[in-house]
Amino acid sequence: MQRIVSISFGEIALKGLNRSYFVKKLLGQIKYSIKGLGEPKVYRDQGKIYVVTDDENIDQIVEKLKKIFGIVYISPGYRVEKDMEKMIEKAIESIKQTVEHKEVRTFKVQVKRADKRFPIKSMDVAREIGAAILRELKVLKVDVNNPDLLVKVDIRDYCYIYTDKIRGYGGLPVGTNGKALLLLSGGIDSPVAGFMIAKRGVSINAVHFHSYPFTSERAEEKVKKLASLLAEYCGKMKLYSVNILPIQREINEKCPEDEMTIISRRFMMRIAERIAEKEGIDALITGESLGQVASQTIKSLNVTNSVVKRPVFRPLIGMDKVEITEIAMDIGTYETSILPYEDCCTVFLPKHPVTRPKLEDIEKSEEALDIESLVEDAIEKMEIIEISSQENVE
Amino acid sequence: MEVYLDNSATTRPRDEVIDAMIYMLKSTYGNPSSLHRKGLEAEKEIEKSRKIISKFLGVDSKEIFFTSGGTESNNIAIQGLIKKYAKRGKHIITTKIEHPSVLNIFKHYEEKGFEVTYLDVNEKGIVDLKQLESSINDKTILVSIMMVNNEIGTIQPIEEIIEIIKKKNKDVKLHVDGVQAFGKIDVSLKSLGIDTFSFSGHKIHGPKGIGGLYIRNGIILEPIIFGGNQEKGLKSGTENTPGIVGLGKAVEIIKNNFNDEKKHIKDLKKYFIDKVIERIDNIKINSYTDDRCAPHIVNISFIGVKGEVLLHYLEKNGIFVSTGSACSSHKKGRSHVLKSIGLKEKEIEGAIRFSFAFYNTKEEIEYVIDKLEKSVKDIRKITMR
Repeated sequence: MQRIVSISFGEIALKGLNRSYFVKKLLGQIKYSIKGLGEPKVYRDQGKIYVVTDDENIDQIVEKLKKIFGIVYISPGYRVEKDMEKMIEKAIESIKQTVEHKEVRTFKVQVKRADKRFPIKSMDVAREIGAAILRELKVLKVDVNNPDLLVKVDIRDYCYIYTDKIRGYGGLPVGTNGKALLLLSGGIDSPVAGFMIAKRGVSINAVHFHSYPFTSERAEEKVKKLASLLAEYCGKMKLYSVNILPIQREINEKCPEDEMTIISRRFMMRIAERIAEKEGIDALITGESLGQVASQTIKSLNVTNSVVKRPVFRPLIGMDKVEITEIAMDIGTYETSILPYEDCCTVFLPKHPVTRPKLEDIEKSEEALDIESLVEDAIEKMEIIEISSQENVE
Repeated sequence: MEVYLDNSATTRPRDEVIDAMIYMLKSTYGNPSSLHRKGLEAEKEIEKSRKIISKFLGVDSKEIFFTSGGTESNNIAIQGLIKKYAKRGKHIITTKIEHPSVLNIFKHYEEKGFEVTYLDVNEKGIVDLKQLESSINDKTILVSIMMVNNEIGTIQPIEEIIEIIKKKNKDVKLHVDGVQAFGKIDVSLKSLGIDTFSFSGHKIHGPKGIGGLYIRNGIILEPIIFGGNQEKGLKSGTENTPGIVGLGKAVEIIKNNFNDEKKHIKDLKKYFIDKVIERIDNIKINSYTDDRCAPHIVNISFIGVKGEVLLHYLEKNGIFVSTGSACSSHKKGRSHVLKSIGLKEKEIEGAIRFSFAFYNTKEEIEYVIDKLEKSVKDIRKITMR
């Protein structure tokens, strides 16, 4: 049977002259993400996007749509010709389906008539459909103030009928707002940070630092999995995998032990910026949250930040672990993040890391290192992995 | 070079085993329960394997039951015995160093209100026999003890254990988890008087997903799996005929080569240990180096090294081993066996298990020693300051 999903986009509508560019981008992403799920047709009609599909694929399509940034609401429903009898029939069918999985005692019919040529006034359409529902489903009552269920009837070129409304993440379509490079570790925070910036329309690539053989291949698999989970929201990405062990070795040998972490972080930022420069990426993203660990105090952030020129986005900076964890669970990265493998930061964790490093001290310690050649060498040996959404990962 | 030294985890199936299994899959694929000839052929193959295994263990073929492996055998035996005898008493005994497939059953019954004694072990893993003696009472119905420990290779003195049990309460049943002992050390079940004994196919160069349980004549278990009453009602479900035949083949080969292969493995291990002691300092050998340890296992702590890191260093050189602990960065994952034998944190953290098989060669060992020495040196240089 033919079904319809109506898609509303919020913020995009405010984009004035650029609006059509945003909508076009969104349209493209919708088409791409639902490709292969039956033969869905996608079209625009006055500030909304519609997907025509069949009964079989509608649930999967809704799931895919939930993950597209720029979409505010998703309403699966029915499309019929503007004929009262047919409209009533579909409204009843639609409400019957909802009643099956949701407890409903009261309802209200809300009619919007964009097509003013339709001869029956909105109030009359609502009354007629409402009466028909009451006749058919005798247990239900009308409640105009606080109904359990809202039956929406939208009269345009066609008539659309919905009884369900699902929230999307909002934001802007990915790719409308530049590119950024996410420093992706195996932890809970960084995937969430990537998600939040991608939501602002930024397309994302990721860089991962590992210390193989100090860390395991499984840890790397885990990061690939995290990247692929993110790719469900922000599309295909490149994952730059950098072995930072040679650098950690040098630091370990030549610098004070308590500065190990902070100097490593500075190298990660340098390498990330170098990759960004080469790949035409405008900003960096980290999952840092203020005060979470020694390298995330204000002073430490200052010291790590001072090696890069590009803006560093830290969307989690003011959040606590509970809030971050909630988002990680919601977007589906948590389960993977908590898999227990050594990562490159725990292997060399100093017993008493500096929490208030002074830039001059750190810079002085770094004088013992050949920074340029260490960075170049790491980049030369890095691996670039193409990541697409999860189902496609080998 | 690729050197596989994780033979306690699993072993490479022998070519003959694979061939026998392919034959079963391709030609003798009938369901043994079917009345027609195709079914009978399959049944005959099963009985052939049962005979091979029973001969190897010195028992009657009626006493051998096929299961899906060690874990299932342990479950069928322990749960089956407890269910059968629970009305007689609710005290059960095991050790602190059992495999999770035994320990978790005991924990389950402890939660259900059973009284459980977890026996201590000495610094090399031998159970405290005095404690065993003092803990057996009228309410005791079952003792479950592994014959060979999977992490450190220690062989339990089963004969003495049986003597103690029989002296204190002759109604107590004894289950022995024999997964790491089967095919590795001499096991004569009949003369020992063990009641149930579990074993597994993939530890002896057979297939995964197949194993067996010896149940002494006269011992009755309550089934925990219900269905078509295959294996006399103890393991319902259509028989894994390729697995059973593969297991039979693996046992047949081991039986014919037992002494040669055992000697080869033992010599290799001794050579390995000697070289490690000679070339690497600051280590602790956590296993017995004499006959109280199974020939194929040795556990060594490299002080100042994280086991997981050393494992990856070796893996990078094509050498595959296992850490004593599942995950060195999470305390929860620390090996309960190494903790029970009283190792210090540092020793547990740096523990590696090497387990050998007949196809390992002296050249391989030379290579491993070389890489091991270099890796330990390098890791220590980085992490010990």
